[in-house]
Amino acid sequence: MKEIVRGRIYVLGDDIDTDQIIPAQHLVLNPAIAEEKQKLGTFALSSVPSEKAGLPRGHVPFIDPQTGRSPYSILAAGKNFGCGSSREHAPIALAAAGIEVVVAEFYARIFFRNVVNGGWMIPYETPAPLVDRIETGQEGEVDLKANELRVLTTGNRFPLKPLGDILPILEAGNLFAYAKEHADLLK
Amino acid sequence: MGMTITEKIFARASGRESVRAGDIIDANIDLALMQEITTPSIYRGLKEVGAGIWDVERVVVVIDHFSPPSATWKADNVKETNQFVKDCGIKYFYPHRGIMHVVLPETGHIRPGELIVGVESHTVTHGAFGAVAIGIGATEMVYVLAKGTLWFRVPETILVRIDGKFNSSIFGKDIMLSILKELGVDGATYKALEFAGTAIGELTIDGRITLANMSVEAGAKNGIIEPDDKMTDYVREKSRMPFTVVRSDDDAKYSQTLHIDASQLTPLVACPHSPDNVKPISEVEGIHVDQAFLGTCTNGRMEDLRIAAKILKGRTIPKDTRFLIFPGSVEIYQNAIKEGIIDTFLEAGAILCNSSCGPCGGGHMGVLGDGEVCISSGSRNFRGRMGSPSAQIYLGSAATVAASAASGEMTDPRKFLGE
Repeated sequence: MKEIVRGRIYVLGDDIDTDQIIPAQHLVLNPAIAEEKQKLGTFALSSVPSEKAGLPRGHVPFIDPQTGRSPYSILAAGKNFGCGSSREHAPIALAAAGIEVVVAEFYARIFFRNVVNGGWMIPYETPAPLVDRIETGQEGEVDLKANELRVLTTGNRFPLKPLGDILPILEAGNLFAYAKEHADLLK
Repeated sequence: MGMTITEKIFARASGRESVRAGDIIDANIDLALMQEITTPSIYRGLKEVGAGIWDVERVVVVIDHFSPPSATWKADNVKETNQFVKDCGIKYFYPHRGIMHVVLPETGHIRPGELIVGVESHTVTHGAFGAVAIGIGATEMVYVLAKGTLWFRVPETILVRIDGKFNSSIFGKDIMLSILKELGVDGATYKALEFAGTAIGELTIDGRITLANMSVEAGAKNGIIEPDDKMTDYVREKSRMPFTVVRSDDDAKYSQTLHIDASQLTPLVACPHSPDNVKPISEVEGIHVDQAFLGTCTNGRMEDLRIAAKILKGRTIPKDTRFLIFPGSVEIYQNAIKEGIIDTFLEAGAILCNSSCGPCGGGHMGVLGDGEVCISSGSRNFRGRMGSPSAQIYLGSAATVAASAASGEMTDPRKFLGE
């Protein structure tokens, strides 16, 4: 696990559901196949309504059509990020697009577990709402040792809730790597 | 201090005397449910870690989402699911027999007191039978299949007390929509929803299932109802396996209590684009309906078909409205044929489809065009879920769906039920 994730921040609001993160028509892509996983990334967040895509102004594309990847590596969201279906394609699409850290007030349960157990990215919770205090396109860094988001553009620093019990799984890489490190877990 | 039903089931499954909300535990899984969208990737994962299945007696596989497949990649998923079943010696396999969450209780796989996980967010449905039933992801299921256990954080419980006598035009769906209006789509995130109160005993088995089924729409980890005699009689009729009924202690701790007065309820709909955007049907009456959709793991059961047939009997659906009906399982389909319900639907002009998830997830068999309006008996109306992102999806009871199909516009079912 990196100690610092640096990059541009993309900001979303509350209740971003899995159909907005990756619409069902793209579930045709199999994340176990490398090219298809990359293709999934090109559709990440493709159903977020334009006015809510990239707050505060909206209408900011998440994916660069030239590269098929996102120029953003930190995603900031409000409440209940990832609600809806159990599709693991949702965190995989975000990770394939280039997201390394998400900071949200809180997550929908299955999405959160999928993120952790698959080791797709680091899911931080924020003790206070952040999305009206940062802007899409700002440069930021997440310090995983200090549990802090620093917005380099403005100099603002925001505390993040420590990862707690899930940290060992994220440090190992994913649930399987964790199980392998812990003796008899997988026989 | 006492425990809730959910805490007791987690305590038993983790081999502990007691657990508390917030404890992280490793629990033994009683039943693991899989379907064909994710089975191929789970099978690949299982091969990668080089593991076999811990106990084939505890695994059930269905084919219900892509039944029948509408694209080659979906056919490939079905093919690979068949292969998994064959290679791994799966004993309980229900391909093309209806929706997992309808078929499994009917076939006796769901029993009170058990810990059930499924790669399907509506696995929570089975909490209606007094089990802890939880939706999980595909990676987690590989772990469950290999090991038979999974880590959980024991959830806090929100107690939802539903008291008062509801009238005959009110169904489980209306009660659940009123709860979603109160809680919002994130009001129960990570938590258990325990449904109790005098109105539960009055609800049919089918009505209770709708409550548990939509608990995930409030973000809940599980929804659960203590089994009464009506429920245990139902389970004994379906299953010969022994089970233990678990109940919450009187001094169990709840994080919140919500009171619903069922006698005050009127028919409700969830408006676009969120299941908690709930309004009385009177506020949307008259909106033209392009598609009415009766089916799904939420409301595609016998009670739903019966009330819809009662409303449609002798009526003709307007020609600019299409009414799609998906009986939740083949067993329900056959019962509906015997009762003459299917004839009633066909005579009214409905489209009868096979027992499957249908267009609920937007896959196939009745997707929506730009700006089209749909009234659905399903559980989710997220933007774009059933086709075009500009389509407008409303959610209501089977009675509201049938009344709206009969009139070609959003309609209060009481207009047809004489109340």
